Amino acid sequence: MSILPDSYLTYPHRHAGPDHGHYPAAPLPGRPPIRLPGDLSLGLWVVVPLEFFPLNPSGQPFKAPGAMQTPYPDLRHYTTRDYGNRVGAYRLLKLFGKLGLKVTFAVQGAVAERYPALVRDVVADGHDICAHGWDTDSLHHSALTAEREQHYIQRTLEAVTAVTGQRPDGWISPARAEGFQTPARLAAAGIRWFADWAHDDLPTAFHTEAGDLTALPLSNELDDWQILIAHARPEQELVAQVSDAADWLLAEARAQSSPRLLTLTVRPYVCGLPYRVKALEDSLRGVLTRPGCGGVRPGDLTSG
Amino acid sequence: MHGDPNLYDFWPYRDRPKITWPGGKKVAFWVAPNIEFYELDPPGNPSRKPWGRPHPDVVPYSARDWGNRVGHWRIMDVMDECGVRGSVSLSVAMLDHHPEIIRACVDRDWEFFSHGIYNTRYSYGMTEAQERAVIEDSIKSVRDATGQRIRGYLAPALTHTERTLDLLAEYDFWYSCDLFQDDQPQPLKVKGDKRLISMPYSLEVNDVITYGVYHQSPRAYADTLMRHFDQLLEEGAETGTVMCIPLHAYLVSHPHRIGPFRDALRYITGHRDDVWVTTAKDIAEFYLANHYDQTLADIQARGCARAGTGFNPAPAESAEGAR
Repeated sequence: MSILPDSYLTYPHRHAGPDHGHYPAAPLPGRPPIRLPGDLSLGLWVVVPLEFFPLNPSGQPFKAPGAMQTPYPDLRHYTTRDYGNRVGAYRLLKLFGKLGLKVTFAVQGAVAERYPALVRDVVADGHDICAHGWDTDSLHHSALTAEREQHYIQRTLEAVTAVTGQRPDGWISPARAEGFQTPARLAAAGIRWFADWAHDDLPTAFHTEAGDLTALPLSNELDDWQILIAHARPEQELVAQVSDAADWLLAEARAQSSPRLLTLTVRPYVCGLPYRVKALEDSLRGVLTRPGCGGVRPGDLTSG
Repeated sequence: MHGDPNLYDFWPYRDRPKITWPGGKKVAFWVAPNIEFYELDPPGNPSRKPWGRPHPDVVPYSARDWGNRVGHWRIMDVMDECGVRGSVSLSVAMLDHHPEIIRACVDRDWEFFSHGIYNTRYSYGMTEAQERAVIEDSIKSVRDATGQRIRGYLAPALTHTERTLDLLAEYDFWYSCDLFQDDQPQPLKVKGDKRLISMPYSLEVNDVITYGVYHQSPRAYADTLMRHFDQLLEEGAETGTVMCIPLHAYLVSHPHRIGPFRDALRYITGHRDDVWVTTAKDIAEFYLANHYDQTLADIQARGCARAGTGFNPAPAESAEGAR
């Protein structure tokens, strides 16, 4: 076994707060309360990624969750993911219409370019759009040149704007992956909020050298991929876990007089399947029918 | 390298001399919140990569920071309600990074033990001097910040060297949480005259394994905890057992998980007639004073005692033990 250099025991960031300059330490209890529309105690923010999974991914610097698995041509996974954009997304739109819930669709540039009709239908139904990078094989990481990363960002924003007529002010990176410079490059491109980091349950100011972003909370654990695919739990457990989360957050909101957010990512190729969509309906209806609970969107969370 | 670490002797779980915990209790129960710091861009260790993706791996990094902003406070609420004092498995750099969390632990009279400096600095490949530096840093930093002399150790990210346990004994530690061979404490075979014991911690009911490896649902985890407890309580009538729940705020404190966990903790601590709700240090102190010699004598009497110490077998055995 090789010997470690003594520099392995030097700790340049061993001081108060996190080991980066994006935000200071701030325990949740005692934080100034946020205010939600209609004085909700619990805001439900649902994010639906619309992703394009190329049949020939480079897999660099890693393979995104959901990417192709078998040798080329992996038509099995390509079409399974494409099912989400053709069928699953429409099943979700119908469900949201039934529930009267407005959500955020995180749209990749490649989806806007390839399936503009889908994006227009999302907008027509009154949902929010944020940018979600170019595609699942255009990952943001520190080895990208500035030009390359800026190109990913600009190309995505332009492709989405070309369909919606409105330049997105929110961003979620493909696979929520970033390089060290990604937040600053997003801020420089006019992005106001992003949701890659999972460091909080409430919106926080996120400092970058190109200006501050609002970091919106987005659970990395209460998530259809995590529960149904990565953990391979049955659908009833999605319902139970969303319900338990709502119970806890509502009680905490009341005890601390501070509204809470329940954030949930649902993918058209996961929750949009025939045997799963009712479980999603039960999950969302369970939250929305609790007194003091309702849907919220980024505009409700970034104004403060 | 050795095929058998020789850190403890085989000791059959039948007809062991009886352990009775203080007050005639059957199970000594403790909770170990891991209060950890994982660095965004730690230096590399040839034996282990800190993060799965290239740095910065923002989701798992920020998820752990979530534990330090949101999660610990939820665990504290639940433990306060159930009257449990924590035995904190501490990334010692947390004393510097998040003194507000340390203060909250001190206010609750929780115990601290060392879990290394950062959970992204691994012991693999450390020289003896480097490993001593980590241990000395741990002892001094916790004493300076809290006044406590730490008596326990859980190696950072469970990364060890062959000398870790010998060093712990030399520095007057009482217990190690690094070994998983038993549901009772046991003397460890270390160099010198100092006494060091293994303290039952757990991987099986540790939320890292529950959620990271077994992929259990939160309600199933609560059920696991209660069944684990019921069994150790039943066996504790014969001879006292130890149950530990190791926790990680970044996992168990999520709103969809903490409620079922609270149910399990209420259930376990609702058995106070039979359960000693305590800390690892108090268990170690009681065991060293009352049962350490008894255990050694029983191992000797059963003919199970083997010579040598950890990674240092007796010469006659070393030929077959070495690889």
